Amino acid sequence: MKDFANLFTTVDQTTKTSLKTKALAEFFQTASDDDKLWTIALFSGRRPKRAVTTTQLREWAAELGGIPLWLLEESYPIVGDLAETIALILPPPNRHSDLPLTHWITELKSLATLDIDQRKTRIVDAWDQLDPTERFLFNKLITGGFRIGVSQKLMTRALAQATGQIEASLAHRLMGGWTPETTSYHDLIEAEDAEADDSRPYPFYLAYQLEDGPEALGDPADWQAEWKWDGIRGQVILRGGTHHVWSRGEELMTDRFPEFARLTDFLPDGLVLDGEIVAWEGTQPHPFNTLQARIGRKTVPKKLLQDAPVILLAYDLLEEDGQDLRDQPLEQRRARMEALLRDLPDDAPIRAAPRLSFDTWAALAEIRATARDHRAEGLMLKRKDSPYLSGRKKGDWWKWKLDPLTVDAVMIYAQQGHGRRANLFTDFTFAVWDGNDLVPFTKAYSGLTDDEFRKITAWVRKNTQQRFGPVRQVTPHHVFEIAFEGIHASPRHKSGIALRFPRMSRWRQDKPLQEANTLDDLKDLLETYG
Amino acid sequence: MTKPVLTFTERGIYCPAGDFFIDPWRAVDRALITHGHADHARPGHRRYLCTDGCAPVMRHRLGNISVETVKFGETRKIGDALVSFHPAGHLPGSAQIRVEVAGEIWVASGDYKVVSDGISEPFEPVTCHSFITECTFGLPVFKWDSQAEVAQELNTWWARNAAQGKASILGAYSLGKAQRLLAMVDPEIGPILTHGAVENTNEVLRHQGYRLPKTIYVTPDINPKNHPGALIIAPPSALGSQWARRFGPASTAFASGWMRLRGVRRRRAADRGFVISDHADWDGLMYAIKETKAENIYATHGYTDIFARWLNTQGYNAQVVPTEFGGEDDEADAA
Repeated sequence: MKDFANLFTTVDQTTKTSLKTKALAEFFQTASDDDKLWTIALFSGRRPKRAVTTTQLREWAAELGGIPLWLLEESYPIVGDLAETIALILPPPNRHSDLPLTHWITELKSLATLDIDQRKTRIVDAWDQLDPTERFLFNKLITGGFRIGVSQKLMTRALAQATGQIEASLAHRLMGGWTPETTSYHDLIEAEDAEADDSRPYPFYLAYQLEDGPEALGDPADWQAEWKWDGIRGQVILRGGTHHVWSRGEELMTDRFPEFARLTDFLPDGLVLDGEIVAWEGTQPHPFNTLQARIGRKTVPKKLLQDAPVILLAYDLLEEDGQDLRDQPLEQRRARMEALLRDLPDDAPIRAAPRLSFDTWAALAEIRATARDHRAEGLMLKRKDSPYLSGRKKGDWWKWKLDPLTVDAVMIYAQQGHGRRANLFTDFTFAVWDGNDLVPFTKAYSGLTDDEFRKITAWVRKNTQQRFGPVRQVTPHHVFEIAFEGIHASPRHKSGIALRFPRMSRWRQDKPLQEANTLDDLKDLLETYG
Repeated sequence: MTKPVLTFTERGIYCPAGDFFIDPWRAVDRALITHGHADHARPGHRRYLCTDGCAPVMRHRLGNISVETVKFGETRKIGDALVSFHPAGHLPGSAQIRVEVAGEIWVASGDYKVVSDGISEPFEPVTCHSFITECTFGLPVFKWDSQAEVAQELNTWWARNAAQGKASILGAYSLGKAQRLLAMVDPEIGPILTHGAVENTNEVLRHQGYRLPKTIYVTPDINPKNHPGALIIAPPSALGSQWARRFGPASTAFASGWMRLRGVRRRRAADRGFVISDHADWDGLMYAIKETKAENIYATHGYTDIFARWLNTQGYNAQVVPTEFGGEDDEADAA
């Protein structure tokens, strides 16, 4: 565990990607195959099956730390990470061991067969021989979400450096449904013919935000435009007679969207499509909040399936007849895809995302201005001769989003942040005028600079009117511009509306309190864009 | 029922029997000041009273003010109140203020730490009935390693950077923390350079007789190349600024209790975070409170709700100070 903890410490103590990659590559050159495999697994979002619940961990840690459970619970949101909170609360270890990462993972897996008292004994025994950093990592193995400043991309690059393999082909090998229990380092990384994995998706190609207009992109004739849909980016795979659905976050979502099972009736095997999963109401998508009801549900109740059926708006063909098409120009991939989808019945859960025709950038700008009418967030611009790359690459694919909607609102409640922002007030509730009353309508956490958060924190401390636990009611004084991507009616909220992606876009220190927007202004926006 | 010895007002902590305020944040006639940090010693009061160790820094920061000084432990009668100042261990000259009215004793802690730092007068527990305590780090996740352990980490970091031809830039609050760090580092490793804000304070404290190692004030004439392997101590805001770039390749670090939290450490985006604070940690707060033998505890400045709730489960009558003054300065992470 020492080597792994040292790796973590090195990575954690630098903000430079090159140094992180170097440290990781060195680890991959020296660690055992088992430790390497598990390290790859952890940094690609895999973890050992959870043998104890986080509730149990909290209870045991509080007991050992000599504090009541509620005090641990109160500390957790401030620290921002449960594994870290527990590591900080535990008394110092009484002894020290140096067993490898794989040992501790094996130990955790072996807990599954033990009763609860034995599990506790083993966890407490582990804590008692690990130093604070090792404990933090050990706890992370249990609590999951191994986000410690190493992205899968960075890990893949380090692995490419350490093995001399090509990064893109390694990225592909690392995708799909493998687990450290079902493969070995050799089979996953080194074997000539890595065992074909039918569920394995291609790494997604991600677009950059177009900051200025499209004029700099050159001749409009070289570009294809589509709506930028507000759904879930997904890859649908038809291989081996069955189907798989992957999210951009490399999460297997096949069970969440049973509608796609029927695709095998319409389409040939050996096919991979990239597109947007949207809830469909016949001619256009439902607003995103309809789809939201489907996210986070592992199984979908019948009613929801009827109310919000999903389809794939397909925009790219990555594989046909088992052949990888990613090196072909987009125009050709697109033509092949349209040929496949052309004669499908209307009720097939898939259709080609429309291409938008335009001759000049000015004409396209006019189309973009109508995006909200089509339930889209803006446009996607793709170079017609572009290959399908992996990851976020500049040059061939751009998203040209609509400017967000905005309202000027009054800050009325403030709450301290957590994790990175533990000692700052960063979580605010905003209100608009309804006659002489201020009606809360949204929260926002992001958009200000650290410097602005420090200033507003000092102000909140001095202008607290009342406290409700961690929430402080402050004197209505400061006006902020709130930017958001969408607005819809919501009976659950006092104001009757809910916003999509609200954030603070500007601190309107120039604006008097009375000039903030009103509830009627919000209702007008709801009418127009809801 | 008699009036409480100290009350909490919009201007700050007030003593009706003596008609004075403690660390007020709005202009008052008579202010008793615990220590010279900007959120405790504010400009604009007509008369100031503080320890003789605190006065020079306060004069330096606030300019021409009317200051009267007392020695630690010396008792003054103000109106019907007996007032004395006792070491808080927060920084050189920092005090807790004891106020006694008709046999009822209250202590306002100001900011404090209970471990000795080698430069500040060590914290002295003062027995009282009611104790107004800060709780900046009033959560059980805040526990400090010993100063010797952190000093070793600090010196190892500096020595390694020096060996790699890099400068070591350390961000720390210019009054108190910076001088404490000077007392912790090993001057044998290399030259120590200071930012103007730090050096001004050094000057004041040296003049008072506090002993600090030799430091070189970074003026525009100073060429960093003539001081290879230097440790540079600067206020946190100077890190990442134009000022810091003159030192060429450098490793950066912050020294603060907040560095205990990985999230805060990462937000500051420094290479290292040394957990060293001028405030008491969880165990330190509990020790101090116990030693006062006070029954009534007033929690201010920090995670007050949680801390007061905890104290109530421990048999104290604890409350949250209803108003609170925030630091105006932007060194929110320097504590």
